[in-house]
Amino acid sequence: MGIQGKSLIAPDDFTVEEIQTVISTAKEMMEVGPDAYRGLCADKILATLFYEPSTRTRLSFESAMLRMGGSVLGFGDANTSSVAKGESIADTVRVISHYADIAVMRHHKEGAPKLAAQYATIPVINGGDGGHQHPTQTLTDLLTVEICKGKLDEQVVAICGDLKFGRTVHSLIKTLTRLSIKKLILISPEELALPSYLRRELEQKGANMEEYTCLDEVIEVVDVLYMTRIQRERFFNEADYQRLKDTYILDARKLERAKQDMIIMHPLPRNNEIAYEVDDDPRAKYFEQAKCGVYARMALMSLQLGVL
Amino acid sequence: MRGVCPDGFDVFAVRGAIMMMQVTSISEGIVLDHITSGNGLKIFSKLNLAGLDHPVVLLMNVPSQRLGRKDIIKIQNIKDIDLAMIGLVDPSTTVNVISGGKIISKHKVGIPEVVRGLFKCSNPRCVTNSDTYAEPCFRLVDAESREYACEYCEETTRYRF
Repeated sequence: MGIQGKSLIAPDDFTVEEIQTVISTAKEMMEVGPDAYRGLCADKILATLFYEPSTRTRLSFESAMLRMGGSVLGFGDANTSSVAKGESIADTVRVISHYADIAVMRHHKEGAPKLAAQYATIPVINGGDGGHQHPTQTLTDLLTVEICKGKLDEQVVAICGDLKFGRTVHSLIKTLTRLSIKKLILISPEELALPSYLRRELEQKGANMEEYTCLDEVIEVVDVLYMTRIQRERFFNEADYQRLKDTYILDARKLERAKQDMIIMHPLPRNNEIAYEVDDDPRAKYFEQAKCGVYARMALMSLQLGVL
Repeated sequence: MRGVCPDGFDVFAVRGAIMMMQVTSISEGIVLDHITSGNGLKIFSKLNLAGLDHPVVLLMNVPSQRLGRKDIIKIQNIKDIDLAMIGLVDPSTTVNVISGGKIISKHKVGIPEVVRGLFKCSNPRCVTNSDTYAEPCFRLVDAESREYACEYCEETTRYRF
């Protein structure tokens, strides 16, 4: 079937080859520059259905579509849409399917974009569902590694922070285990370790994986360090959040022991987990990562819409 | 005194005080056999058999050579029941389909690979717990512990009856 017309709800909706196609297309778009793609989606409309606040994801999708000459409609706050009147997801997407050519949805309920894709007649992209998945962030992450580090199979990738509720982490880990990497290192407090379903999946795949609770123990062997935020909005108990929020703080002192060519990534927004002093370190790539997000989404949508 | 019901269930009264029931064969319907003793009532309840318009018999603690004791459920005139639910409660149950007074098929139900709409996802953040369009659907990930993965949020739910 290929990517055209296909929804992207979880990273394994795409084959490894399809993921690589998106990454190579995004890389080419980045190298050529956005001006060359100005008319690519001239007659296309993107619907942004954001039931939960978002800055980077929503704006990067909008930027991607606008850079390709398309139009954007939608909402960034469920309270300003018919959702506030009690409209179901199924009804909303059935209507939106007549208004737009492609839709991106963020929702606080896990599985909501999957439900939307079952009722929509246009491709639906999961822009993040609760603490579950965020597949377009994974495309962004893979593009960033490809540009900043080169081949993925030569990298020791460490993911640090909230592995339980971190949807970016879940999508990335799922995908890294399908692609070949040198080693996957997971660093989290025990309370925020991987959910059982994902752990089972990794075990079944025989992933080359090590788990730690302390970043200092392993930082010197890492090629790609992926930091994540402890997410206050995912906790039912404020006391637990307060206890765990500053578990990992990456600062200049910690980085002294890291490889000189290691890269630091973060899906953003950050809180305290990366000190501001790290921004000046050439290894900090999280703002370049945000830039990659636009190109990853340009590539994805243009392939889904079949305009390339 | 003896009374004969129209669907093959004979009722006996002994000295007018103690009621006994002799359950004879059914000609059309389903017999759920080899139910682990104690699970018959659970299956009866989960399948809402009390709500059927057809005769249903639940036999408990019936002597069994293989199991020691077992439960049996006979359902007259019904051949289409929720095997997934039976498999969840007691996968050792044998389903005998009866037609024309003969067993036309006989099989163990086993633990269902896919379960749709029979229990809730344990993840409070799952869309199936808040949206009526999202019918909970699960696939089996561990038969021993009866753990199922949600089709929507992927979280694992252990089925307990």
